[in-house]
Amino acid sequence: MSGKASIPSEEPPLNPPPGPAQLFAAFAKAGLLGFGGAQVWVRRALVEERRWMSERDYAEVLGLGQVLPGPNVGNAAVMIGRRFAGLLGAFAATGGLYVGPLIILMSLVLLWQEFADNPLVSAFMHGTACAAAGMVIGNGLRMSTRLRPPPELIAIGLLSMVAAAWFRVPLPLIVLVLGPISIAAVVWRGRRSP
Amino acid sequence: MTAEAWDILVFFLKLSLLAVGGANAAVPEMHREVVETRQWMSDATFSQGYALAAAAPGPNVLFVAVIGWHVAGAQGLAASLIGFLGPTFLLSWAVAMLTQRLAGDARLAALRAGLVPVAIGLILATGLVTAGASARGTSIEVTVALLITLTSTIFVWRSDYSPIWTLLGGGVLGLLLLR
Repeated sequence: MSGKASIPSEEPPLNPPPGPAQLFAAFAKAGLLGFGGAQVWVRRALVEERRWMSERDYAEVLGLGQVLPGPNVGNAAVMIGRRFAGLLGAFAATGGLYVGPLIILMSLVLLWQEFADNPLVSAFMHGTACAAAGMVIGNGLRMSTRLRPPPELIAIGLLSMVAAAWFRVPLPLIVLVLGPISIAAVVWRGRRSP
Repeated sequence: MTAEAWDILVFFLKLSLLAVGGANAAVPEMHREVVETRQWMSDATFSQGYALAAAAPGPNVLFVAVIGWHVAGAQGLAASLIGFLGPTFLLSWAVAMLTQRLAGDARLAALRAGLVPVAIGLILATGLVTAGASARGTSIEVTVALLITLTSTIFVWRSDYSPIWTLLGGGVLGLLLLR
């Protein structure tokens, strides 16, 4: 997995499941690095760096986290933490995800008046925001590439994207309409290995 | 617990399970209640707090902590997080328990697999919407912004290097070209 432009078709074997302390460390790192979408960093830590979950497994947990109310990555943290280390694991993953960013955010709120009007800071943040948007898109494409979905699921993904981004269809409506269609497509294809 | 902190707790408890799609989906409702109806914050403070939460690392949901802090200090901060994240924690826990119990069930497998394309589509939409919001200013600035986004997209998609480099690179380009 080193070097550039290598998207492996076969994933290497998984590492043994983590305990609460390892979960806390992984989620804390992802939270602290998580500019513009902690989800990107959680996936990178769990699937690519520490290899506790396969790409498909993570995508499915995130999919559940997405349709449940609340932040998708927060919901995923609860489910992943629980699976690997029970209640303590769920608290460790959730705590790790939020504690660092919370401290940084509250410091920023308290210091805000100091640099609110600094044009250098806002120019830097503007550039970072553009890159973060690309990072979120690139991460979505990366997941799709590695999952190699059949054409009908690609079409459903694109439909969800267009409905949310262009037509601003409320998210529950998208899930309620396209979710069942997508599930039916999976059943129809009957190609999923358990 | 102060009366304000209690109000914050109740408000976010009610909002929590409605926030399908994360905190961003609930922001219009937060604005309506916090700024317009209850007048806990001014419009400017609300927008500034939201921009800070979006710019800072970590999930954007932490914006609720800014509201809680603003209205009722440390107690308000705790109340907002417990109120907004508590119910979703319990629900995720219950769903995780259920999916574990039903592991191997073909219908659950289809449900899980079927939600993936929708989730990835929505993630891509989030990126596109943020990209659109960041492409602002003069036509040259819009072009620069879109180029940064496009380069970052390809970098994260096709390379194994950490996305931190594209964020730093974007920041530096912003410093040079987006002032």
